[in-house]
Amino acid sequence: MSSPEQWTHPEPDAAPAATAAKPTAEQVIAGLRATDEGGADLVQLLTPEGERVTHPDFDIDISAEELRGLYRDMVLIRRVDREANALQRKGQLGIWVPLLGQEAAQIGSGRAMRPTDMAFPSYREHGIAWTRGINPTELLGIFRGTDQGTWDPVEKRFHPYTIVIGNQVLNAAGYAMGQKFDGKVGDDDGEATMCFFGDGATSQGDVHEGFVWAAVYDAPLVFFCQNNQWAISEPTERQSRLPLYQRARGYGFPGIRVDGNDVLATLAVTRWALDECRHGNGPILIEAFTYRMDAHTTSDDPTRYRLSDELEMWKLKDPIERVKVYLVKQQWADSEFFESVEADADKLGEELREFCTNMPDPPAERIFSNVYAEGNPNLEAQRDEFLGYVSGFAGGEH
Amino acid sequence: MAAPTMDRSTAAAPASPVQTLTISKALNMGLRAAMEANPKVIMMGEDIGKLGGVFRITDGLQKDFGEQRVLDTPLAESGIIGTAVGLAIRGYRPVCEIQFDGFIFPGFDQIVSQVAKLHYRTQGKIKLPIVIRVPFGGGIGAVEHHSESPESYFAHTAGLKVVSCSNPADAYWMIQQAIDSDDPVLFFEPKRRYYEKGEVDTTAQPGKLFESRVLRPGTDATLVAYGPMVRTSLDAANAAAEDGTSLEVIDLRTLSPLDLAPVYDSVRRTGRLVVVSEAPSESSIASEIAAKVQQECFYSLQAPVLRVTGFDTPYPPSKLEEEFLPDLDRVLHAVDRSLAW
Repeated sequence: MSSPEQWTHPEPDAAPAATAAKPTAEQVIAGLRATDEGGADLVQLLTPEGERVTHPDFDIDISAEELRGLYRDMVLIRRVDREANALQRKGQLGIWVPLLGQEAAQIGSGRAMRPTDMAFPSYREHGIAWTRGINPTELLGIFRGTDQGTWDPVEKRFHPYTIVIGNQVLNAAGYAMGQKFDGKVGDDDGEATMCFFGDGATSQGDVHEGFVWAAVYDAPLVFFCQNNQWAISEPTERQSRLPLYQRARGYGFPGIRVDGNDVLATLAVTRWALDECRHGNGPILIEAFTYRMDAHTTSDDPTRYRLSDELEMWKLKDPIERVKVYLVKQQWADSEFFESVEADADKLGEELREFCTNMPDPPAERIFSNVYAEGNPNLEAQRDEFLGYVSGFAGGEH
Repeated sequence: MAAPTMDRSTAAAPASPVQTLTISKALNMGLRAAMEANPKVIMMGEDIGKLGGVFRITDGLQKDFGEQRVLDTPLAESGIIGTAVGLAIRGYRPVCEIQFDGFIFPGFDQIVSQVAKLHYRTQGKIKLPIVIRVPFGGGIGAVEHHSESPESYFAHTAGLKVVSCSNPADAYWMIQQAIDSDDPVLFFEPKRRYYEKGEVDTTAQPGKLFESRVLRPGTDATLVAYGPMVRTSLDAANAAAEDGTSLEVIDLRTLSPLDLAPVYDSVRRTGRLVVVSEAPSESSIASEIAAKVQQECFYSLQAPVLRVTGFDTPYPPSKLEEEFLPDLDRVLHAVDRSLAW
């Protein structure tokens, strides 16, 4: 896709954003309501009703097979999410961080990446992990407490989940600087990095610094902000006066708001942004306008801070249903296809349950392992003393 | 460590391998040697390029190695550390300069949450060979936030290694060894001693990085210090010798991991220990040494371990720093108390 001038050269004198989508001042002050309309700048290619629409700057030529693949991805990762949520309720996980509602934002952006691109996630990025070829079973240990992520971040080009809000944005900026220093930027074969964070993170200093660093070093970095409207209990209006995508202008790079519940638009915009970055025109901010349909985590109770009618309204914008409607309407998929996807989801869920309930606790030595790359004799002495103490109990464990 | 290559054609090529250098020049030469030995070594910091750093430690490096290896970064410490993490994952070996000790705290989150923990989190799949250079300590008549000794915060954090040099030869070798380390290293430089001179043999086989060293043997009591207080302790030992008291002086060099074997050996002989440090004493390196020595040398001790440190206050206005900082008299006073116990 070509690079529309208006996106690559943000105009400082452009009119401020439409404010029609803002909730009332009373609602904001009461913390009762998040913005629910994306506004005039929202990039959308598939409406919630499953209508294919055009956008003057972004389009996508999608085959039936590709779209079936995206549908399948979204259904499967939703099943992973629901299974893991249930496993927490059954006491098999200590906590789970649901992605429900954000399937299109994650599958669309994740599938835009190439294997040579790098991704830096926050902790809700189960869909991105899926697109990087990480078995969902590898996510469970983090939330069961047996490990802190077991995939190889270098081989998978998927950084460990980062829990401190915003830290990974700077790490991603540094990595993208390295891609540039390595001469891997400048043509179709260039590399790029994606960084994932939420609306709450946009208030963190590290995110601002990440914007500054990536901008002044022309880093090939796509900032992908999933604005799911709620940072635990705080609506996006607690983080910003301005629609988040418009912040990019202040740093000197393009910012685009895409319908994060529209997998086609998300894929199209992200592909374009990555392409810009690999050609040396980064960084770029994408705000994926979406909604967190479940709690912040399984420990959270959203009924304390948001109204159920908001949830009902967003249910009508479901990211999966609209694709299903479109696939049927186009006669790109039949009932056999949908049944096979359901069967795959059932199988995946079963694998997940089986895996989770059989995960062993790590051995005590794990406390001390790999604190340092080159060891630490004092720590080794502490370990040996503790293991000796433990082995003094009957059976070697207490 | 593997000795860095000695091809230093663009450096101040010495006629003799033994030169008299200041600590600042030795650091500069050490950094240059590390950059020549490994093209992945890069420098990051505020004003370190064109200006050569406010203390000129990186003087001339950007001119010789280019702007892509010596980065004048935007002015934000979390950004320096946080992007160094990403660059290290990409295969670089970043050396970050924090302009002054008191400015490290905006970068504290990245240091403690990411730099210290990524190796553990990934069980060794990510290594972060990052060096964070910190000019530290007082005695230069500066305004607030320019004279602090924050090393204990980092020694308290698992996953980091912490060292401090006290003389030009160590400055030259230790900085190269820190850069060679696959662990992240906080490198504390005694800024008030930057211009002290000493002999540096650039062909000598250096000792290990994470090792303490007896600088002066003695029999009556042991002084342990690091960084700027090593000079103070050596001066105290000289003064004490004139009064017939023999003090052993140990330069800690490594603050994490602590290498206390030479201290235990010494205390078992002298029976008395005074720990000298500019940092406030509560929950400090000095406290840790006191705890470990009483545990390991309980029956050898003739007196309690004493600490001569900065006070448990914020760093005072500089007109009061002579009172705040341990000096020769306060060290000798502690030695007297120990001997009289």
